[in-house]
Amino acid sequence: MAEGNLTVKKLKERFINSILEVTTFRGEVTVTVSKGEIFEICKFLHSDSDLQYRLLTDLCGLDFFPQTPRFGVVYLLYSMKSNQRLRVKTRVGERESIPSVESIWKAANWYEREAYDLFGITFDNHPDLRRIMLWDGYEGHPLRKDFPVEGPDFDKPFVPEV
Amino acid sequence: MTINMGPQHPATHGVLRVVLELDGEVIVRSTPHLGHLHRGMEKLAESKTYHQAIPLTDRLDYTNAMGNNFAYVLAVEKLLGIQVPKRAQYIRVMMAELQRIAAHLIWLGTHALDIGAMTPLLYTFREREDILRIFEEVAGGRLTPTYLRIGGVSKDFPEGAGEKIQAFVLAFPGHIKEYETLLTKNIIWLKRTKGVGIISKEDAISFGVTGPTLRGFGVKYDVRKAFPYSSYEEFDFDIPIGSVGDVYDRYIVRLREMEWSNSIVEQALERLPKGPIIANDPRVTLPPKEDVLTDIASLIRQFKIVSEGFRPPAGEVYASVEAAKGELGFYLVSDGSNHPFRFRIRTPSFANLSALSKMIEGGLIADVISVIGSIDIVLGEVDR
Repeated sequence: MAEGNLTVKKLKERFINSILEVTTFRGEVTVTVSKGEIFEICKFLHSDSDLQYRLLTDLCGLDFFPQTPRFGVVYLLYSMKSNQRLRVKTRVGERESIPSVESIWKAANWYEREAYDLFGITFDNHPDLRRIMLWDGYEGHPLRKDFPVEGPDFDKPFVPEV
Repeated sequence: MTINMGPQHPATHGVLRVVLELDGEVIVRSTPHLGHLHRGMEKLAESKTYHQAIPLTDRLDYTNAMGNNFAYVLAVEKLLGIQVPKRAQYIRVMMAELQRIAAHLIWLGTHALDIGAMTPLLYTFREREDILRIFEEVAGGRLTPTYLRIGGVSKDFPEGAGEKIQAFVLAFPGHIKEYETLLTKNIIWLKRTKGVGIISKEDAISFGVTGPTLRGFGVKYDVRKAFPYSSYEEFDFDIPIGSVGDVYDRYIVRLREMEWSNSIVEQALERLPKGPIIANDPRVTLPPKEDVLTDIASLIRQFKIVSEGFRPPAGEVYASVEAAKGELGFYLVSDGSNHPFRFRIRTPSFANLSALSKMIEGGLIADVISVIGSIDIVLGEVDR
């Protein structure tokens, strides 16, 4: 199925060195790419007149601790023209950063802030990279696999300073 | 001047805080602050079995609990590759559409109340109560019924439920006319909603806006039509769209949507097939209660599924439904264990709310209230 897909064909023509893997699971096409050209790939998927992936349905992080590179970033795109979804995945190391796609899809602004907040993934060229769910000054990133579910200070009662 | 709106402001529908920078009455800049209702649902679900995560989903958008269950069980069923019996599919559609009507009724009542019309609230909550009574009878719960199960639904319709739904479906179009006489041509309503909160169609798509808010801009995107699930392709319904995308267009789109939902419920009730209400897959679904009490093998199966859960194949899926607010999707990554490796919820309100700043900047401060109301956010789903 992935072989007959126009998007996959076009991507392979254009970015042959960056496409690492194309898989199809339960009818969903996932393209794994290397981090280097992620911005160019997204720009191409958004602007190419045959593809037109204009809706960034979702962008989220993944934590593969203790593997390296540690994190993953997943882009779920939707094209109204061809009524197709496409998932683009890439991997990011612990102290690395990844280009922001905010200038392509405005929806990425908040999604990237969320990934930054909950995973600690840094996005380059993001206009406003602040925490979004947790408060400023919070330490730690809750969705990381080495973060305990009950929180790091579960057994320490909160006593306000008088 | 800077004004701090929320988090305890009645018109923010929950705990949203927006910092507004004003020049007189005109908004220069706005900064929404989220997270007051962040419960770490994605993290919690990672330590639960697939069955245990169902009640969590009810508490996302608590006005649309059936729809949330629906999206989640669809994702797990896709991951497992199991088929749901036709009767269960139809029951799910009916419940989801009734829930959509109930959610839109809350929206209509509170949105009108925010703008200053108190009467519609009293009308809409009367009909919403009818729907909640139906839910109570069918599922056992009103606000968070947790009715859907992986592979089907938890129980079949009790006696008399069909008649109650029938009675509701017959009466409801008349009630929509009542709401319309109160609002649609009301001069105050028109002045507060026409031409307010307009952004370009391209911007709306770029912000990831979905649901009735996007359809108000004239974009015909509805998951029920684009990726039909649970036999939606067998029902006859249309997708209402607006033209310019102001607050008034979103109001009209939601009203028409309620009519179509009502029609879908009617069609489903008419053609409701007979048969089982849950798939019989020994890995996943619980055995019938009588078997558990009489047969040791079924007892063991029940015990295993409840205590240990099941292990889906490793892989990743995304399944979405058209919830009341827009596209609600679950992205599940399985590593082959009995817990999800990643449990990601793509909620419509989060993306819709991100367009708020763009919609209100340059407008008047009074319009903030009507714009927040019209994009119909529920903070339980924004913050998760």
